[in-house]
Amino acid sequence: MKSSRFDVTVLTLGFAFLYIPIIILIVYSFNASRLVTVWGGFSLHWYTAMWSNQGLMDAAWVTARVGVLSATLGTILGTLAALSLTRFTRFPGRMLFSGMIYAPLVMPEVITGLSMLLLFVALNVDRGFWTVTIAHTTFTMCYVAIVVQSRLLTFDRSLEEAALDLGCPPVKTFFKITLPLIFPAVIAGWMLAFTLSLDDLVIASFNTGPGATTLPIKIYSQVRLGVTPEINAICTILIALVTVGVICASLSTKRAEVKRIRDEHLAVRGAT
Amino acid sequence: MAKSLGPVKRKFSPWTDPQAVPFIRFENITKKFGNFTAVNNLTLDIYEREFFSLLGPSGCGKTTLMRMLAGFEEPTEGRILLQGQDIRGVPPYRRPTNMMFQSYALFPHMTVEKNIAFGLQQDNMPKGEIEARVQEMLKLVKLEEFARRKPNQLSGGQRQRVALARSLAKRPKVLLLDEPLGALDKKLREETQFELMDLQHTLGLTFLIVTHDQEEAMTVSDRIAVMDKGIIMQVATPAEIYEAPNSRYVADFIGDINILEGSITDTASALGAPGTVKIESDGLSIAVDQECQAVKGDKVAFAIRPEKVRISPDAPADLSANCFYGEVWDIGYLGDFSLFIVRSEDGRLMRAAQANISRLVDRPITFGDMVWLTWSRDAGLVLTR
Repeated sequence: MKSSRFDVTVLTLGFAFLYIPIIILIVYSFNASRLVTVWGGFSLHWYTAMWSNQGLMDAAWVTARVGVLSATLGTILGTLAALSLTRFTRFPGRMLFSGMIYAPLVMPEVITGLSMLLLFVALNVDRGFWTVTIAHTTFTMCYVAIVVQSRLLTFDRSLEEAALDLGCPPVKTFFKITLPLIFPAVIAGWMLAFTLSLDDLVIASFNTGPGATTLPIKIYSQVRLGVTPEINAICTILIALVTVGVICASLSTKRAEVKRIRDEHLAVRGAT
Repeated sequence: MAKSLGPVKRKFSPWTDPQAVPFIRFENITKKFGNFTAVNNLTLDIYEREFFSLLGPSGCGKTTLMRMLAGFEEPTEGRILLQGQDIRGVPPYRRPTNMMFQSYALFPHMTVEKNIAFGLQQDNMPKGEIEARVQEMLKLVKLEEFARRKPNQLSGGQRQRVALARSLAKRPKVLLLDEPLGALDKKLREETQFELMDLQHTLGLTFLIVTHDQEEAMTVSDRIAVMDKGIIMQVATPAEIYEAPNSRYVADFIGDINILEGSITDTASALGAPGTVKIESDGLSIAVDQECQAVKGDKVAFAIRPEKVRISPDAPADLSANCFYGEVWDIGYLGDFSLFIVRSEDGRLMRAAQANISRLVDRPITFGDMVWLTWSRDAGLVLTR
């Protein structure tokens, strides 16, 4: 089918809408000028400046630690939730439970953040690194639960039954059979949780305390004092990280697909 | 494929021996799922080294029965004895049964060898022994050169063999096979059926197979239990099931059959020969040599297999009974057999099968011909249920 001029225009405008702001940000991160909106020639100055900005680096380190920790905790809890939701199909309150696991997805972040804050205040917990981590665990685990649950729905239960039948006790069966097979979904859930934690501003700012400033909070507060090209630089690095991640993920999926097709050809040859 | 010839097959019929102790006994088993009764107060004995089939349409409870033996379901009522031991509450991973799953359930992340070794590793068998057993199993199912492949690198038939090898590796007392050949094409299926029989015979194990394929059950089994709606309709050898079904259900389920409803007009002595029944079915009179509990006036069915009905353009000498006159309505050419569907004047249909014993393409009997169907008095049977 020939693409009409209309199609091309729509596509161009659509992509422009999505990517022009990001491109501007990347371009200006290489700006020699201090003024964000005036081009002063190419420079890597802001990248070096960024490394020596202790505040920014501290925030990045906090974000990385919160991200890894909350993604890991969220993945464990989310996987367990997904297992119980798919496996125990007839326990009392199942509908309520499965509805509740989806709720944080549609809940405004402000409300999630505020309610977590109220909880910590009520419990008289000092806010800081751990409160942010717990808050992130809470809101990322439902995403993990959904990713893992969709994998478990297509999981052939007879694999587990076969393992039991061959003399493998249930817990061992989970670690030997179930977990290795749902592992790609668990990893995908972890990555999603990590990314969500990485770029969360609202919930983090409600639950943070002294010494636990995450990168988004840091960026936001710096921008209020005026955008510096340093911010552009660190954002560009974030974008690069995400892009590399996405490309790696899709390449590995593609490779798995190619391998599967090759295996099937091999099987057909082997059959004759 | 070369067949390994096991020990010579002997007549095997422990179920006729009143002294024989059943290997597996299902005793008054009932299984309910909510309001649905999958198995209803069922009692069944299976003997050691028997190749036993559970046959029935989907939803008849046959798979549930097997899963109760494997330990995946617990009976709601009744008990299961394995070698005289009640196995209630014994989890599947401690039962001396192994199962070959309908979907094969091969572990996709493990190679063929690892799949076969999995069960042996659970028993903490020494490494060397495991390797030897895996090699033995691979040889048994002729997959030696595929040991390092993953299941998705195998064809359907090969996967089926791996599944079989894996379930046999632990030398279970009972091997359970859940629709084991369902995914194979016809030719491979037939070949595998004979291999299964050889294996069972060579290894001397007890096989319990669940199938909805009556041909498969007939081929492989020592005995068949025909099930319907959670109860057993008949347990007998394949030949008995085919030649002497005990009910309309079994007769109709196994193979092709003509069933004529009617009522008994006369029994035994009145006809001069003992053990003879005379039936009237809408003007058709039928005489059968059969001992029968039914008495005059009872509603019964007369059943006869199409291959036991003769077809001829000429009228038989004796027109008093067992003849059906009509027009050839349809012919099914099956290669080895031709199936003639004959329609009488009043619109009733009856089927007769004829072996195609010559290579003539033009059959002497064709569409629209008026023919006589006849059968001898011992060809059909009277069904009271």
